[in-house]
Amino acid sequence: MGYHAPYRLNDALTVLAGGGPVAVVAGGTDHYPALGDAPEPAVVLDLTRIEGLRGITRAADGGWRIGATTTWTDIAVADLPPAFAGLQQAARMIGGVQIQNAGTIGGNLCNASPAADGVPPLLALDARVTLAGPDGTRDVPLAGFVTGARQTARRPGELVTQIALPAPPNDLRGAFCKLGARRYLVISIAMVAACIARDAHGRITDARVAVGACSAVAQRLTALEQALIGQHAGAPEMPAHAFDGLAPIDDIRADAAYRRAAVAEACGRAIRAAGSA
Amino acid sequence: MMDRPATSPATGFMLNGVAVQAAPRPGERLSETLRGRMLSTDVKIGCNAGDCGICTVLVDGDPVCACLMPAHRVQGRAVETPAGLARVDPWARRLARSFQAEGAAQCGICIPGMIVSAVALLRADPRPDEPRVMDALGGVLCRCTGYRKIVDAVMRAHLHEDHGGPLAEGDGHTGAAIERLDGAAKVMATERFGDDVAPPDALAMRVIRSPHDHAAFEFGDLEGFVAVHPGIETVLTARDIPGENSVGVIPGFLDQPVLAETVARFRGEAVAALIGTADALRDAVLPVIWTPRAAVTTPRAAMAPDAPQLHPDRPGNVMCRGYVSCGDAEAALARADVVVEGRFSTACVEHAYLEPEAGYARAVGDRIELRNSTQAPGMDREMIARVTGLPLDRVRVQPTAVGGGFGSKLDVTIEPLLALAVQKTGKTVRGVFERTESMQSTSKRHPSDITMRIGAKADGRLCGFVFDGTFNTGAYSSWGPTVATRAPIHASGPYAVADYTARSVGVFTNGPNAGAFRGFGVPQTAIAQEALFDTLADRLGHDRLAFRILNALENGVPTVTGQVFSQGVGIRRCLTALQPAWDRLRAQTRDFNAAHDRVKRGVGVASCWYGCGNTALSNPSTFRAGIRADGRVVLHQGAMDIGQGANTVIAQIFARALGVPVSTIELVGPDTDVTPDAGKTSASRQTFISGNAARIAGETLRRRVLARMNAGPDTRLRFGDGAVHGSEGALAHRIALDDLPAGALGYVFEAVATYDPPTTPLDENGQGAAYAQFGYAAQLAMVEVDLALATTRVLHVTAAHDVGHAINPLLVEGQVHGGVAQGLGMALMEEYVPHRTENLHDYLIPTIGDVPPIDVLLIEEPDAHGPYGAKGLGEHALIPTAPAILNAIHDACGARVTQTPATPARLRAALAGGADG
Repeated sequence: MGYHAPYRLNDALTVLAGGGPVAVVAGGTDHYPALGDAPEPAVVLDLTRIEGLRGITRAADGGWRIGATTTWTDIAVADLPPAFAGLQQAARMIGGVQIQNAGTIGGNLCNASPAADGVPPLLALDARVTLAGPDGTRDVPLAGFVTGARQTARRPGELVTQIALPAPPNDLRGAFCKLGARRYLVISIAMVAACIARDAHGRITDARVAVGACSAVAQRLTALEQALIGQHAGAPEMPAHAFDGLAPIDDIRADAAYRRAAVAEACGRAIRAAGSA
Repeated sequence: MMDRPATSPATGFMLNGVAVQAAPRPGERLSETLRGRMLSTDVKIGCNAGDCGICTVLVDGDPVCACLMPAHRVQGRAVETPAGLARVDPWARRLARSFQAEGAAQCGICIPGMIVSAVALLRADPRPDEPRVMDALGGVLCRCTGYRKIVDAVMRAHLHEDHGGPLAEGDGHTGAAIERLDGAAKVMATERFGDDVAPPDALAMRVIRSPHDHAAFEFGDLEGFVAVHPGIETVLTARDIPGENSVGVIPGFLDQPVLAETVARFRGEAVAALIGTADALRDAVLPVIWTPRAAVTTPRAAMAPDAPQLHPDRPGNVMCRGYVSCGDAEAALARADVVVEGRFSTACVEHAYLEPEAGYARAVGDRIELRNSTQAPGMDREMIARVTGLPLDRVRVQPTAVGGGFGSKLDVTIEPLLALAVQKTGKTVRGVFERTESMQSTSKRHPSDITMRIGAKADGRLCGFVFDGTFNTGAYSSWGPTVATRAPIHASGPYAVADYTARSVGVFTNGPNAGAFRGFGVPQTAIAQEALFDTLADRLGHDRLAFRILNALENGVPTVTGQVFSQGVGIRRCLTALQPAWDRLRAQTRDFNAAHDRVKRGVGVASCWYGCGNTALSNPSTFRAGIRADGRVVLHQGAMDIGQGANTVIAQIFARALGVPVSTIELVGPDTDVTPDAGKTSASRQTFISGNAARIAGETLRRRVLARMNAGPDTRLRFGDGAVHGSEGALAHRIALDDLPAGALGYVFEAVATYDPPTTPLDENGQGAAYAQFGYAAQLAMVEVDLALATTRVLHVTAAHDVGHAINPLLVEGQVHGGVAQGLGMALMEEYVPHRTENLHDYLIPTIGDVPPIDVLLIEEPDAHGPYGAKGLGEHALIPTAPAILNAIHDACGARVTQTPATPARLRAALAGGADG
């Protein structure tokens, strides 16, 4: 029973190992809407006071580490390389300021919504997820961490502690494109994150493109990435088969046909935006 | 030290600069702690899901949603709430002044969240530009204002002092753009809404609702349930209702049970209510056995021969029909040079006021007293008496401030349940709906399926008009009959149509009740009619605006119900007023489109008329005013102010009639014990009908005082210091008031006046004087369509509104802005679907970034029946917006969306289906 807000990660893992259901809460921006008017869970584990879990640091190898309880506002205002521009744009488009001030990147990944705004930009940055558990820590690629709609590879007893991003090439530029039916508080119909590098002639030398809300799990479009190499960043041609891996659904926000058409357009825009940044 | 489990649950923090301790449950929301434990009811709750932002507080200076933060998290931190900021923070105080000066608060329920968010912004950037203001406030929804005045107020906050009240404003009579008289409480976060007034020890209520569209149900052992749930006082079911278990609003259509008896006919229908302590209610699971039944959710399914029947006395699931006919429509169509036809459907729309239904009731002696958030205290009282079996005089309804209504708070929802709970337990009981249950269970805008055929001669004159409309009224009647009646009367639009046939039908389905929503069916018909007018004008090669001006109704020309107005018809002036903007924006758009391939702009126009007051029925307002022995002037202002401004507008009218400055008038609010019934806040009737009653009350009071003084009609009156002073040229009069006998309410002079607009019943062809006055409007929208993504941005709206006489131009603008925003939502994004869009996350309403700049053009074509010429405005503000936007989309890209909302997916389908040019 009770509310636990430990300062140390080990204490948090101890609470988690205590048996019985534990509601793990970081920003609360997914926890409370899901709770609705149901009774609160008996045991609440608040991660936000754990030392070392919030903030963005540069690792010795040049890579970046984003702590799990780092908020969207933290990310939006951080001084980061241009490859991270898509991630920062996504951070500014999540909910309103109130949500950005509370919602965390770790929570966004663990909630594993197909429309999670954080996932495509992180996929495009080759993110890996670090989990801590009773037996130590392990590190999995983000693409393997989110295993389905609302499903992750996090085991009982584990907590996500950070997202690790390899040092991006200096010439890589990021962009994010989100489609919705209104200006703020947008729930994505579809979203695209792209990271593009180009040579002196404007030809694409490196391309990473990830799409969200068009399949149960956001994904990289590797066939598209390969097709982009060598093309001019300002007018990329995108083969139709590059989108075969997507499985958009009909829902209240849009039908599958719209998503299929719009996502190709959004990819083009994100690629052009990243390629011209 | 924070890692202290349940053994030490207290949490200490700074609340508005004061160190406090609280003992929330583990995981309790900060919003609940602040409201429930710290009595900070200035923190409003709209959704409990982070979707609306009205609960925004500052934690260590950063705006967050209090509903998404565990209360324990603020241990050791500084929490600032709206009222706390309003007391001491210089920016909050400047914002309060600025919001009042700009008219940025209407109902006021979102304003605390807006101002808190703005304080955080202004502390960092005292002079933000518009994009920064929108980014900072984008997380807070508002349903009344259309946001533009809020943006202005934040941008201009630095111009205001952090102290003092409004500048001297003269008499504040009609025509003066004075600040909202009840606004200070709204901008200082001290206003008390439906959930802000119950005593702390009141019992709580939780309503048990059907999860199915249609299902039979049985309860398990209720007595046993209560016995094993300490803290639960009782379970209310249909069997506990001593009076009639049926409510509604239209005589002959009172068909909705307060609590369903054996069958629930829509998802969200109430079947029982648990009464007890909040803690006990939270965990209890009432034993209900549900047996789902086949549901009919569309009129087509409901009218099928073998469809399940919702009500035994309504064969074919037909609630009622409406019919208006004049001339010979078919013959006219046959001789027309061009005939166009179209079929249009509109979605179910949710009111989405940010204050859910709330209130409390208590027993006082042998009476039941209710405080609630309502548009119709008089009807609430009648329904409570009907359900409880109590005589009318043993029920008192005393409304709180209302956090938005737009039609839905005309129906009783929570009220009979609270009254029944008090009747059964004898204890004080409070209630508030969760966002989802509010959306599931309260009334909606009717989904419609409309077919029209309209003809015109080559010279552009209309020639024949046939309308058929099917309105999905949901499981119970609510205001459905009104919609079925109004739609055929208004479907012609404000145009001269000599040969007309209009048929409507309201059909029961297993969905939420469709009832009253700003426009009562007219916004739906206008979408069809205005779209087809564009097609007609195009076919004839006429300019679309010129076509409308040519056909506009005029004084002396009969309406489709045969009513002839000799004065006051202002639609042509509205349309003509749009001409400069039309010419300018059409030219701009041509230039823009010539230079752009991927995005296209378009301009659309649409108009509206709307009859003010009930259709061909008596609907009086009564007002009381008095003068106390100390010389104070009191107006019993019974017209519910739901944000639209009746508290201000009616007082301005009364002040002019009596001949005193508005600032000297003391208002007594709606209260069925002391304030006469001013009718419902609906049908754009308050300025017109209540305004007239207040005018007559003021004139009567003035006449009585002057007679007692033996003074002439032009005498200037001044009240105060136990006397009335009159000055008539060089002549001075004085009456000492403490010598005069006072009546029951303490008034030495008193006047009670009633106004009922002159109408006549309609005959079997719908012919007659349906309304004493209409208001008129025409709006012009400019949009930009992204062709590849099929997304639409509205760039500008010009709104010309004939209000007869603008009692308060500031408030008129506010009404127009809010109506435009709601019309924009209806056009582009709003669609209520049971099971799928039952929250403000999935049900989209416009945000601060979606509403474009709006130019309001005030047209004042006085109406002989209106107070000082004034006409109603509430519904008119919304009706033309959606058709103007849809016409603008068509103008931009050639695609005609015939199903609203025009989502990107629907517009893409229309674009792919081939532009019709």
